[in-house]
Amino acid sequence: MQPLTNRAKNVDRRPMTLAERAYLPAILKGMGITFSHLFKKKPTIQYPEEKRPFSQVFRGLHVLNRDEEGRERCTACGLCAVACPAEAITMEAAERQEGEENLYREEKYAAKYEINMLRCIFCGLCEEACPKDAIYLSETFAPANYDRKGFIYGKNDLLIPNPLTDREAYEQAAGGRVRQPVGSR
Amino acid sequence: MSEQLFKVTIDNITVEVPAGTTILQAARQIGGDVTPPAMCFYTPLKGSGGKCRTCLVEVSKGSEKDPRPMPKLVASCRTTVMDGMEVKSVTSQRVLDARAGVVEFLLINHPLDCPICDQAGECHLQDLSYEHGKGGTRYEFQRRTFKKHDLGEFIQLHMTRCILCYRCVFTADQVTDKRAHGVLDRGDHAEIATYIEKNLANDFIGNVIDVCPVGALTDKTFRFKNRVWFTKPVNAHRDCDKCCGEVTLWMRGDEVFRVTARKDEWGEIKTSEKTGKTGWICNDCRFEKKKASDWTVEGLAPIARHSVIGQGKYPGLQRPSETIERVLDGRKPRLLMDIHTVSEVNKPGIELSEIKGPATGDVFKQ
Repeated sequence: MQPLTNRAKNVDRRPMTLAERAYLPAILKGMGITFSHLFKKKPTIQYPEEKRPFSQVFRGLHVLNRDEEGRERCTACGLCAVACPAEAITMEAAERQEGEENLYREEKYAAKYEINMLRCIFCGLCEEACPKDAIYLSETFAPANYDRKGFIYGKNDLLIPNPLTDREAYEQAAGGRVRQPVGSR
Repeated sequence: MSEQLFKVTIDNITVEVPAGTTILQAARQIGGDVTPPAMCFYTPLKGSGGKCRTCLVEVSKGSEKDPRPMPKLVASCRTTVMDGMEVKSVTSQRVLDARAGVVEFLLINHPLDCPICDQAGECHLQDLSYEHGKGGTRYEFQRRTFKKHDLGEFIQLHMTRCILCYRCVFTADQVTDKRAHGVLDRGDHAEIATYIEKNLANDFIGNVIDVCPVGALTDKTFRFKNRVWFTKPVNAHRDCDKCCGEVTLWMRGDEVFRVTARKDEWGEIKTSEKTGKTGWICNDCRFEKKKASDWTVEGLAPIARHSVIGQGKYPGLQRPSETIERVLDGRKPRLLMDIHTVSEVNKPGIELSEIKGPATGDVFKQ
């Protein structure tokens, strides 16, 4: 049969020479290669202490954004849920009452908002669909867990800290990703 | 006169229609892109039309006897056809420009709060601006706002979204026994209101919700409970002594979230099969009968092919039967997790469809 490439090599079946039969030189040669790696640059990263920077387009856990007055941006319009190919997002809306204007940005808000991280495929379509810049995919992994209960993320888990009361935590959670849209109040 | 058929050519497609037909109705017989959009004209309502100017068309030949073109664009909902008339709808650049201009005017004071609005997904203004409007607006001033009016426990008014089509006024005049609301003030200040705060509680007043092409009048019993495209429209009927009882139920699972009249492909209320008249429905059917047991379900209502409401809905779909139990000699499968023990959404204890008005924070706190 015609070989597919010309890179095939025949196995060398000649008897070994004396130097080869001495065993030690070949071992030392191999050890030399191994030893020389001690002086080369290490590609390994000591993970929990050291972290590699994320790519600009990395898509991790979701955050629900607040505006600069600390009000929730989400209005439960359902566009993320309809865009979600894995049907991971569910929500229930409520009407904002008088006195709640400092909590919610619009007349309607998401009273319950839930992402099932077992279903989520981190495609980022929810982020693209959101008309209110309310949902962002951050630079955090979904932590591992022994049972499934820990993967249903409610609003408490997703909501970003309030930028007015806890600026530092807000900045950290935002991580250079979450931005306030241009021209928003 | 009654038997006379007029030949009218719209975008090079010729139809024969009886005398007295409007250009819009003739175009609807052809269907498709040729049909001009209509925001204020409503076939079952006498006197409607001529207000929104979205249905403008160009008449390039007046008639066989007088072939001169009409100098200006005409409102097709109010202009009757003549024999040999030639009309340009989408083939005329003038018409397309005029429609884009009209859409821009209609949207000038529109709050663009579609993410909040309950009409989103079935809103004619949304469709109109997508199909005939331009991408952006040139308006850069504060948008007009109104003092809020309460129209009672059934109907929610958002005056900022209103385009003053007068359909609801005609409906109250022609369908209910007494009209309690109307358009007050003039020009920029014109608004739908009751003058003195009054409930809209006439027996058939709920039909103004169906008639409203935008989200200005919406169902308060459905307010913010669900998005339209997550609910499933099914045709249903019941014996009602006041109305025809033929409705569309908007369901999720076994819950009835909303009841509306049945609509045809133009968004107008259909003629009832039982009575042969327009299928207006009474307030009882619309607002009070929110249980699946009140209705006889006929099946999935027709959904326009490109509508977002069609997402996840398949005609002829049947619930699959559980095979594991059959295979394992009646033993039930062991569930690894009951979602209700963790999830806070769709709690079995909270039936949103049974709450009177919109849900508030308190509803979920229990």
